[in-house]
Amino acid sequence: MPNTEFSPSIDSRPTYTGLVSQGSAPAIMVADEAGAGALSDLATADASVMDNAHVVLVGCAASVLGDNAPRAVHETPDLDAATPLVSQLLNEARMGTQLYLAGSEGLMGHVSALATAAGMPLGEIQMEHRGSIARRMQCVHCKGITEGVTTDPFTCSHCGLTLFVRDHFSRRLGVFQGVCVDAETPGVVPETVEIQA
Amino acid sequence: MKLALKVTEIEQLSPLVKRFRFEDPKGGSLPVFSGGAHITVEMPEGEIIRRNSYSLISDPYDGTAYEIAIRREDQGRGGSLYMHTKVSEGDEITVSAPSNLFQLDLRARKHVLIAGGIGITPFLSQLKQLDMELKPYELHYAARSRAEAAGIKLLPEAAHVHVHISEEGARMDLGAILDGQPLGTHVYTCGPDGLITAVADQAARLGWPKTSVHSEAFTAPPPGEPFEVVIASTGQTVSVKADQSLLEALEAAKVEVDYSCRGGACGRCHTKVTACDGRILHNDHWLSEGERAAQKDIMPCMSRFKGARLELDL
Repeated sequence: MPNTEFSPSIDSRPTYTGLVSQGSAPAIMVADEAGAGALSDLATADASVMDNAHVVLVGCAASVLGDNAPRAVHETPDLDAATPLVSQLLNEARMGTQLYLAGSEGLMGHVSALATAAGMPLGEIQMEHRGSIARRMQCVHCKGITEGVTTDPFTCSHCGLTLFVRDHFSRRLGVFQGVCVDAETPGVVPETVEIQA
Repeated sequence: MKLALKVTEIEQLSPLVKRFRFEDPKGGSLPVFSGGAHITVEMPEGEIIRRNSYSLISDPYDGTAYEIAIRREDQGRGGSLYMHTKVSEGDEITVSAPSNLFQLDLRARKHVLIAGGIGITPFLSQLKQLDMELKPYELHYAARSRAEAAGIKLLPEAAHVHVHISEEGARMDLGAILDGQPLGTHVYTCGPDGLITAVADQAARLGWPKTSVHSEAFTAPPPGEPFEVVIASTGQTVSVKADQSLLEALEAAKVEVDYSCRGGACGRCHTKVTACDGRILHNDHWLSEGERAAQKDIMPCMSRFKGARLELDL
């Protein structure tokens, strides 16, 4: 399963160019179960990429990596549990450390926001989308974040407004923006459709 | 915007470097700036007005004065020599408002500042800004000898300020400086081209992103042989004297050209060449290798010409 190709959209919408090995440079890799396949493919293309890699797996076991043994593997149940670990790795990292992210847009958006806050330029972060196209959405009205959104419109899990799924993305927060769909005409809501890539 | 100021202090910092302090004659407040900014100083001499840009070395948040430090270049066009020999305390002087082509990237978690020789000047204002904003930084200042190191007098004595005097055997080790810096560090270099290239090469070897590596290399325009240019729109011929830059000659001939840094770094005076029979002597840091070779563009603030005919799209 290759890197997902998303339809062309506004500049704000992140695009993911796929993982390319930077050799045995120190690396932090973060992936969910679907994304772990991208890490395996990366290691198959260049085994040395795992020599100095710390891999943080979200919601899956180290066995998904197969024979590709990185320097260290950390298993975490979800993104919330992975966050302090990833932050610690970023805070201890030296210049020249590579960051590889693979999996859902929610995971990549969240970790790239942590990395840019730690001083890493966005353009230096390698990302490859695998698996679900569910989005991590922020309600622009109540600021609450709803995870795993797959339909448009959707209901904000915090304030209950019906929100339109925009391609407008906050790189600071790592979330897409959801805007009230029936603000002008309360109750008149377009038909709910599945989000497309 | 131009500011008519008064020279209120001149101090000899080293045999070749003088510090100048300019204040508003009525004691008014000057526009504040950001670390790394420069001003352009007007130096009228006879019918020529030279304009050189110098980094501000004073506190960016202090509006009571601007200070610059100038190294005397005996082989230059005479700008620095004019400042060293013709300017006295109490004189009036015209300068531009500050502008900045070498600002700090304030998203950085740490700043590493590397200066060679007179390249210390932009860092003197930057480190005041970094101190005020409580940002972590280290400064490395390399000079040949302690006597030549004009910046020493202006630097605080602190554990994160390192002076490397090569004559004393304390050469700067760029590998040791750059290796192991924390993620989110930015490096800034000002000094000779060789130092700027060496820092960029070392950073690349250590896998630093290009966007974390900054430098400033602008210098005063070099003198050279006199030459002529033709203005395409009017057919007018403009003569450039040996100790005059093309930009200064165009200004003297009332041909309008936009400018900012006057040191080949900012790109504002970028001018198209409509005909070139000869060789453009590119001295800027703006045009790419390809653009230089094509001879269809010139930076009049720094570059000169040798040949039969150069026509500018002005």
